[in-house]
Amino acid sequence: MLTTKEIEHLANLARLELSEAEKERYAKELSGILEFVGQLQELDTTGVEPTAHVTGLIGGSRTDIVQECDALTRQRLLSAVPKRAGDLVEVPAVFTGREFRI
Amino acid sequence: MLTMSPNELTIIAAHDGLTAKRFSCRELVDSCLSAIEKKDGELGAFLSVFADHARADALRVDEKLEEREHIGLLEGIPIAVKDVILTQDQPATAASKILHGYEGAYDATVITKLRHAGAIILGKTNCDEFAMGASTENSAYKITKNPWDPERVPGGSSGGSAAAVASHECIAALGSDTGGSIRQPAGFCGVVGLKPTYGAVSRSGLIAMASSFDQIGSFGKTVEDVEIFFHAIRGKDPKDATTVDSQLPITHYQLSKLRIGIPKEYFAQGVDPEVATAVRSAIKKYEDLGVKIEEISLPLSKYALAVYYVLMPSEVSANLARFDGIRYGASVSNPEVRNSEAKLLPRSFASAPSLASAPSLMDVYTKTRGHYFGAEVRRRIMLGVYTLSSGYYDAYYKKAQQVRTLLRHDFARVFKQVNALLAPISPTLPFRFAEKTEDPLQMYLADVFTVSANVVGIPALAVPCPRNDRELPIGFQLMGRPFEEELLFSLGKAYERQISLS
Repeated sequence: MLTTKEIEHLANLARLELSEAEKERYAKELSGILEFVGQLQELDTTGVEPTAHVTGLIGGSRTDIVQECDALTRQRLLSAVPKRAGDLVEVPAVFTGREFRI
Repeated sequence: MLTMSPNELTIIAAHDGLTAKRFSCRELVDSCLSAIEKKDGELGAFLSVFADHARADALRVDEKLEEREHIGLLEGIPIAVKDVILTQDQPATAASKILHGYEGAYDATVITKLRHAGAIILGKTNCDEFAMGASTENSAYKITKNPWDPERVPGGSSGGSAAAVASHECIAALGSDTGGSIRQPAGFCGVVGLKPTYGAVSRSGLIAMASSFDQIGSFGKTVEDVEIFFHAIRGKDPKDATTVDSQLPITHYQLSKLRIGIPKEYFAQGVDPEVATAVRSAIKKYEDLGVKIEEISLPLSKYALAVYYVLMPSEVSANLARFDGIRYGASVSNPEVRNSEAKLLPRSFASAPSLASAPSLMDVYTKTRGHYFGAEVRRRIMLGVYTLSSGYYDAYYKKAQQVRTLLRHDFARVFKQVNALLAPISPTLPFRFAEKTEDPLQMYLADVFTVSANVVGIPALAVPCPRNDRELPIGFQLMGRPFEEELLFSLGKAYERQISLS
């Protein structure tokens, strides 16, 4: 059974703020789901290649050249930004000088 | 057919009607918009409707018809689009609060193709938030009702698109299928639905859920309509490196030379007897057609759901990391939803979280995501973060990837013996609202028959069984070898012809 501490760790990794009630609920729910998927342990997978991708395609690169964005698309992208200063996306400081914790 | 209103027609019949000038494109579009106006307040299939754009598009088609110009099969045909697919300058919410007010910056590749074919987009349909769910109850905006019974769900996650087609609000619709999200609502609403082979249709412009499972597909009133739609949207796309040039030469299949496998594990305990009966009648119809029926075994079937619920949340946790309140979408940095006309009807839309002071960067992430993502979305993100985390990666993620390989081998083996598989879509009839919302695992079990096709990447076609007005819809699915959609269409059409005779 997942503990509240473990849920807090997951929430931190997932960058999600949860209420105390939510932490309890998720601990219970996730434990149930993990128990269900745990049945995969019944199978012997020694020497089996993992499948990351079902089509078997490999490679697929293109030349790394800059393609200018047209003005209209650029405008659309910028107008979607929640907080900006002109054409710059505004974000809170990454380094604050204080201890970095949630 | 003369007594049918244009919105009740199929693609083929509507196309005939337009070219024979029985009605104009404007009349066709208006009959759909009128159906939406009359029914959608109750039904809730649409999140946004583009009446003006649709009418302007209709005008262009009518001008072409006026000039006696040839029009393609999809030209002038009104369609609906699941709200996880981007259409330029129009809302794309993924049925989530985190994208309330967001408008697509570009058209998805499938949309570009459909516009090129002349299809007319009526609006965006409701779905489970970020396509996570099997009932459309997880939408942050509203529920969609099953057109056959308003107390029951339309299925999910593409419930809106399925309901819109079933209720003739549109002629056909786009959906997406990651674990059954086209087929299960198709079955629940009594329409045809296709999940193409992974790689057959471009995912560029589809809001990503699980990148190795997602496929865009379509709903239609007949197999032929779904076939037409599929031909219009498939193809290799330089913007999606996972696409494959999949056009196989047209083959005329002789039914008596085909073999359909019935996977015995799909008829075990837990399947509603009414579902089993309906699906067995479908099998009988194929026998009557001279197709060879064989019972086969897919012994690893029971593990497919576990594989899906490890790998899919893992991919979800990566794909949804982009919703961080920085570049687009809702954000605690700016709680005002700045947008032109968002024609959405929010349920009780929670206000922005109160902040004691200006948010730190971490606050922007955790509070935006914590507040604007729904419960199921947060659940799956955390599950995925767990299964990918150090110490658990091997036991969960890598293990699931290995079992995925074993499942692929299982299907490959079976496809050496038979051409296609026939199975139920859902173990139950369409269920009632709130019936499966208490325990998330209950809802996950709804996917038990659909996930295998996504796990191994094969095409699957949902076909409705004949039902009367007092019964609830039941469908069956045909699963085929990679890129053999044409075979599935042949089998589906043969079944439709057979049941129209009885």
